[in-house]
Amino acid sequence: MKLRLDATRCQGYGLCQEPAPDLIDLDEFGYAVVTADPAPGAFEDAARAAAEACPNSALRLER
Amino acid sequence: MTGIDSLIPPGNPSVLGAAPGVTEDARTYLAAGGYRGAIGAAELLDRLDGLRGRGGAGFPTAAKLRAVRDAGPRPVVVANGEEGEPGSVKDRWLLRARPHLVLDGLARAAEITGAERGYVYVSDTAAGERIRRALAERAPRLPCDVVDTAHTYVAGEETAVVRRINGGPALPTAKPPRPFQQGVGGAPTLVANVETLARIALIAAQPDRRRPAARATLVTLAGRGAEPLLAEVPYGCTLRTLARAQGTPEPAGVLMGGLFGGLLGPGRLDLALDPDTLTAAGTALGCGAIRFLAPDECPVSLASAAVAHLAAESARQCGICVAGTGSVRDALGALTNGTADTGLLTRLRRWSTSLPGRGACGLLDAAAGTAGSLLRAFPDLVRAHLDAPCPGCAAPADTGRLTVPVPHVARRPVPRPRSAAFPR
Repeated sequence: MKLRLDATRCQGYGLCQEPAPDLIDLDEFGYAVVTADPAPGAFEDAARAAAEACPNSALRLER
Repeated sequence: MTGIDSLIPPGNPSVLGAAPGVTEDARTYLAAGGYRGAIGAAELLDRLDGLRGRGGAGFPTAAKLRAVRDAGPRPVVVANGEEGEPGSVKDRWLLRARPHLVLDGLARAAEITGAERGYVYVSDTAAGERIRRALAERAPRLPCDVVDTAHTYVAGEETAVVRRINGGPALPTAKPPRPFQQGVGGAPTLVANVETLARIALIAAQPDRRRPAARATLVTLAGRGAEPLLAEVPYGCTLRTLARAQGTPEPAGVLMGGLFGGLLGPGRLDLALDPDTLTAAGTALGCGAIRFLAPDECPVSLASAAVAHLAAESARQCGICVAGTGSVRDALGALTNGTADTGLLTRLRRWSTSLPGRGACGLLDAAAGTAGSLLRAFPDLVRAHLDAPCPGCAAPADTGRLTVPVPHVARRPVPRPRSAAFPR
């Protein structure tokens, strides 16, 4: 599974990081950086929650 | 005015052609063997091994063609003539001077991929006019539209090309999908630089000379020592040779590739112009735009001007590009005007590795890479900018120093009536 970030949509709200701290960092400018892809089973819920948390739909979970 | 010169051995296949200062018409191109070929599409594809794309990324052309051919039904081919790099003129020159060579290459790419529709994508008015005239002179078998776009840094990026042809703005989109997967009208799409297509046509015309055709390239050379130069050069010649050819023989440094190859110090002038050699050396051939620094020019000032250009050209779609490119611009600006604080070099170094790859296109990478290359190539000089204002940076800014004018290409003169004899 892959957590994909569309940089054209990321506005730096930062809401994705809280539910998925093991998958997403916020950089010094406040924009999201995907640091790891969820392994099957592990972190899948966190990844889904991160994608759903973005007000601008910048994150997508792809199988 | 930008000059034109050939540094390849006489008799080798050449995209410059016999008369680079005049637009080649269909009759002349046909008479020189154009639009014909001894080999079919499959065989031509095999002969393209070794040819690398000339738009900047240097991707193997044959692999790209195969990917489009195999991606699905009814592919589309696009000749990308939108040259966003301010220091490059070769694509616009090529369209103005040798439109049939480009159209020939586009037709070959269509045969290889099975495309039934072609586009020529341009921003340069003169280039668009010559291409339209060339299409009217000799109607191609491949239905072919010319699509105009605005001249911006990102308009030639492949997803921006597709978005514009599809009726949108010429702005990059997030990848995947890449155009070969889903491009014009949703179909698999080849977006090929016009010089790449010209080289496909050269190889089709002379399949036995495929190696010299694939291993030569157009470069746009500039430096304060003399006028800029558009040249066709063989892979393997050194940067020093090119600096001499342009007329800035002892450069203090080199800005490579357009704005995304970064800066090299004067100790790297023996590097050979070859995509793999340059990549291994941490720089890039890119679209072949090479700017030599005159001995009295400050590399910090040139890097600052380059990143300021990039920041101004950001499409402002990606938040991180606006923030990142703007921060690099401000940091380099602070170095040039003596207002840099002590933490600035640490930040610049960090950004040079943390920012690349973060935007939808390569503009942010170019800004971050320019800063990183400056720190690597000129560490002592950069540190000196922290201690005292630099006289070279304080000199009045040479506005337009990154921009090279396209060489003049005359329209072929209209033949006079036979009765009006004129001296030859």
